[in-house]
Amino acid sequence: MKLKRLNIALPKGRLGEKVYEMLENLGYGCPGLTDGSRKLIFEDDGGITRYFWVKPSDVDIYVERGAADIGVVGRDILLEHNPDVYELLDLGFGKCRMCVAGMAGYEPNPNRTLRVATKFANIARSYYASKGREIEIIKLSGSIELAPILGMSDVIVDIVETGSTLKENNLEVKETVCDISARLIVNKAAYRFKNEEVRGLVEKINAIYSNKVN
Amino acid sequence: MTQNILRKEEKAIFDLRELYETHGYKKYKMSKFEEYDLYADNRSFLAEGNIITFNDTHGKLLALKPDVTLSIVKNAASGERIKEYYNENVYRAIDGEYREIMQVGLECIGEADLYSTCEVIMLAKKSLECISKDYILDLSNAAFVGGLFENRSIPYDVREDLLTCVAGKNPHDLARICRENGIDDAICTKLTTISETYGKVEDVIAALRPLAENDTMTSALDELEAIYNFMTAVGEGENLRLDFSLINDISYYDGIIFRGYIDGVARGVLSGGRYDKLLDKMGKHTGAIGFAIYMNTLDLYFEDKNDYDVDILITYDDTADLAALTRTVKMLTGGGRSVRVQKSGDGSLKCREYFRFGERGLEIETT
Repeated sequence: MKLKRLNIALPKGRLGEKVYEMLENLGYGCPGLTDGSRKLIFEDDGGITRYFWVKPSDVDIYVERGAADIGVVGRDILLEHNPDVYELLDLGFGKCRMCVAGMAGYEPNPNRTLRVATKFANIARSYYASKGREIEIIKLSGSIELAPILGMSDVIVDIVETGSTLKENNLEVKETVCDISARLIVNKAAYRFKNEEVRGLVEKINAIYSNKVN
Repeated sequence: MTQNILRKEEKAIFDLRELYETHGYKKYKMSKFEEYDLYADNRSFLAEGNIITFNDTHGKLLALKPDVTLSIVKNAASGERIKEYYNENVYRAIDGEYREIMQVGLECIGEADLYSTCEVIMLAKKSLECISKDYILDLSNAAFVGGLFENRSIPYDVREDLLTCVAGKNPHDLARICRENGIDDAICTKLTTISETYGKVEDVIAALRPLAENDTMTSALDELEAIYNFMTAVGEGENLRLDFSLINDISYYDGIIFRGYIDGVARGVLSGGRYDKLLDKMGKHTGAIGFAIYMNTLDLYFEDKNDYDVDILITYDDTADLAALTRTVKMLTGGGRSVRVQKSGDGSLKCREYFRFGERGLEIETT
C-alpha cells in the first residue's frame, strides 16, 4: 500500500532548522524549505512530506487540531498548554532549564504572597502549588528579567539557557523547576490512520540515537 | 427528497437511532436541569470542563446537565435492567466559555456479561460505521496497567504521573520519573512496552502476554481475548485495535475501555467502557457498560458542501399575476426542485437558475 503524506509542523528558528537537517538526512528532505523564501507550505515531489514553519509556541495547536500530523516543540510549551497529543520522542535538541530566578542575594519575604513574573503562568502556578506557596502571577510576554529589577515582582519563572542574560542583569537562578528539550509530538488520529508512516519516522530517529550511544 | 433535506449530521443521527432501536434500546429523554448535588457527589466521574450552575426560584443550586450517564444511573431502580440510548445536548464550561455539546450515547445497565459487553462494543463499532467507513475502534482494559501496580508501594501522585506518561506514549519522561523516584527498571521497561505497543488485537495480546505478572493482569488480557474472539466469530473483528495507553482519562470507566476514531477527524469521536464503580458508589451493585459519541467533534466532518442555497430563485414585481406565480411555483416544486420567491434579489443567494416573474409571466434572467 502506498504510504500517506506526513504533515510536519516545524518551529521557526534555529531549533526547527536543526530538526529539519536531521529529517533531511533520514530521507525526509523537501526542496526549497531552507531557501528563506516567503512560502508557507513546502511539499516534496515524492509525496512523503509536507512541511510548514510555525511560531514555536503554536506547534502543539497545529498538531492537536490535526492540521499537522507531527510537530517538534519545546517541553516548556507542552507543560504550559498540556495539549492532547502523543509525545513520542525526546529529541535532545534545544536543551535548557525552566528556572526560578531573582535578584542576586535577594530573599523574598515568606510571610507574604510571592509575586512571580512569567510567560509560563500554568507552569509557575503548578510549581508553587506543589510547594504550597501562595503566589500572584504577573503575566508578561517578553523581557521578563526586567520585572524583578524594577521591583515589580519578587522572582521570575523563565527559560535559562546559558544564564548570561541573568548574570548581566545581576540576577541569579534560585531554583530549577524542570529540564527542557525538544519533543516530537503526534496527533492522536494521525497515530492511528498513518501508523506505518509515523512509526517509520520514529524508528529512523531512534536508530540515530542508539547509534550515538554505541 | 427527504434524503436531500437531511443534513449529513441529521442523517447520521437517524441512522444511529435506528441502529439502537433495532437492538431493543429505548430512547431516554431528560430535562435540561439536575440538582447540582448529583455532580458534586460524583465529580471524579465527570469528564473535562466545569459545570454551569444557577439558582432555582427557591434558591436551590441547579446545574445545566453536563452529562447524561449520571442521570440515567441515578434514575435506575436497584436491580433494574436498562438498555437505553439518548441524543441530548449537554452543557459545560470549557476554557472559560459556555459550550453546548450534542451527545449521542447508549447505556446497558444490570447485565455486563460477555454477550452484553460485545453487543455494546459492536454497537459502538456500527455507530462509527454509520459516520464513516474509515474508522478505528481501540480497545483497552484499565485493569492491565492497574495490575502492574498491585502490591507495589508506589505513592499515589507518582503513579498518576506514570499513568499520564503511559497515556501520552511518552517513554522519556516515564524513564525520568522512575529514575527520580527509585522505581526499578523492570517496571519502567514494562510500562514503556505497554504504552508503545499498538496494533491488531491478537498481535498486541501475544506481545504483552509475557508481561503479565499476576492474576489481575492475566485476566485483563483473557477478558479482551474473549471479547475479540467473540467479535471475530460474529464477523466484527476488523478495524479493532488494542492500545493499553488508553487508560481512564474519564475516570468513570474502569475495566474495559474503548475509543473510536474517524479518519479526517483530529480527536477521538467515541468514548466508552465499563463503569461498575459508579453504580457501586450509588449503591446499585451491578455491572454497566456504555459509550457516548461527541457530535461536536464531527461538526467540520459533517459540513455539507452545498454549492447552491436553492435550485430556483424567482423575483416578481407589482405587475405579476400572483395566482399564476403560485401555480408556477407548484409546478416547479412538484418536479422536486426547491424554489424561493421574493420581491427583489439582493445577489447574496446562490441559485442554479434565476427567473423574473412579470406581466408576461416567467422570464429567464440573463444578467
